[in-house]
Amino acid sequence: MHSKSLVELAAGLQAGEFSSEELTRACLDRVGRLDGALNSFITVADEQALAAARAADARLQQGEAGPLTGIPFAHKDIFCTQGIRTSCGSRMLDNFTAPYDATVTAKLQAAGAVMLGKTNMDEFAMGSSNETSFYGPVKNPWNTDTVPGGSSGGSAAAVAARLVPASTGTDTGGSIRQPAALCGVTGLKPTYGRISRYGMIAFASSLDQAGPFARSAEDAAIMLGAMAGFDERDSTSVDRPVEDYRAGLGDSLKGLRIGLPKEYFGEGLDAGVAAAVEAALEEFRKLGATVTEISLPNTHLAVPAYYVVAPAECSSNLSRFDGVRFGYRAGNPQDLTDLYTRSRGVGRLL
Amino acid sequence: MSLEASDVEKIAHLARLGIDADDIPEYTRNLSAILAFVEQLNAVDTAGVEPLAHPLEATQRLRPDTVTEVNDRENFQHVAPQTEAGLYLVPKVIE
Repeated sequence: MHSKSLVELAAGLQAGEFSSEELTRACLDRVGRLDGALNSFITVADEQALAAARAADARLQQGEAGPLTGIPFAHKDIFCTQGIRTSCGSRMLDNFTAPYDATVTAKLQAAGAVMLGKTNMDEFAMGSSNETSFYGPVKNPWNTDTVPGGSSGGSAAAVAARLVPASTGTDTGGSIRQPAALCGVTGLKPTYGRISRYGMIAFASSLDQAGPFARSAEDAAIMLGAMAGFDERDSTSVDRPVEDYRAGLGDSLKGLRIGLPKEYFGEGLDAGVAAAVEAALEEFRKLGATVTEISLPNTHLAVPAYYVVAPAECSSNLSRFDGVRFGYRAGNPQDLTDLYTRSRGVGRLL
Repeated sequence: MSLEASDVEKIAHLARLGIDADDIPEYTRNLSAILAFVEQLNAVDTAGVEPLAHPLEATQRLRPDTVTEVNDRENFQHVAPQTEAGLYLVPKVIE
């Protein structure tokens, strides 16, 4: 069952070939057997998942199912989930159970998707290797001696290992795109404003955006369709209708022009990566697209600019973890400064 | 621009962030390297470049100034380390 795509699983559920409860149990069983070696999950929510699966089965029987009804998936542990711990990969939030759901959590729940649990990540989404989690590193399922990428490494690894057909992630400076590439799955950072960030723990607010992981463009399109949409609770949410992202999947690539920024292929490019990109371009050419070299002359400034914006916003956003309203608090504070300083200092230690 | 160990101590104090003295030399080196790295932005001529606030030209949305939320204090405070009578408790601030 685990080798089927999300679309195939949805068809199987709707045809009554298996129930969501059976599918959910099969996925949970795989997580139990295989995740010890990967560490892609921080929290597995068996009971809640099985309850959600039974509710999805009732919807399926009543003929009220959508494309995600009864489909197991996993959330990056950055999305608030009422009643289930949301740690953000940090000791600071090891004891934090959110008192409300993120909009993305609520939307996928409303679609009938079955959350198996929360996936591992670099602490507070800062990292590109998934080695900085309080809950230990995640391993790449293709070769457990290598990293899965980060910060959404657990979500990427869980999909790559066929523990779940899809998962959610967030991307500030590559945290979906890079682990998707390193784990060989499909990942997408949508346009800023497309998916609500309400209830998604903030890192750098002008860059953070949620997105899906899946095993194909079609599966990712279904996830994106369910996650996207205007939300008045996120002041940066864009009020535009959600398109049918599957609509263009069968379109021909004839006439499509792909610009290849020459600056991306400079010094330090690994020969294996270059060959993989060239092989992909060859596929696109065969499908009728043309590839043109272009120049983005300011490319070298992107990372320096990121290193101004992201740390400044991160410093601001993470100041809320102060031991007063939620999260870790140091014992026996002498005064308020001591409370802040030691809560943050101890919370940071691995 | 290069930082001194005392700068790092001062920044940590201002951020109310407890750090180990042993880590200060490494933080000083790393922060100095990042500052040197971002310095290359100073060389860019941005005269005539219009600031981009949003990729979709979106503007800040406003709403009527009315109450939209109900009081949910108990729910939010049950995750707090220490509360009393609906208030968050911290060490005494004013004598």
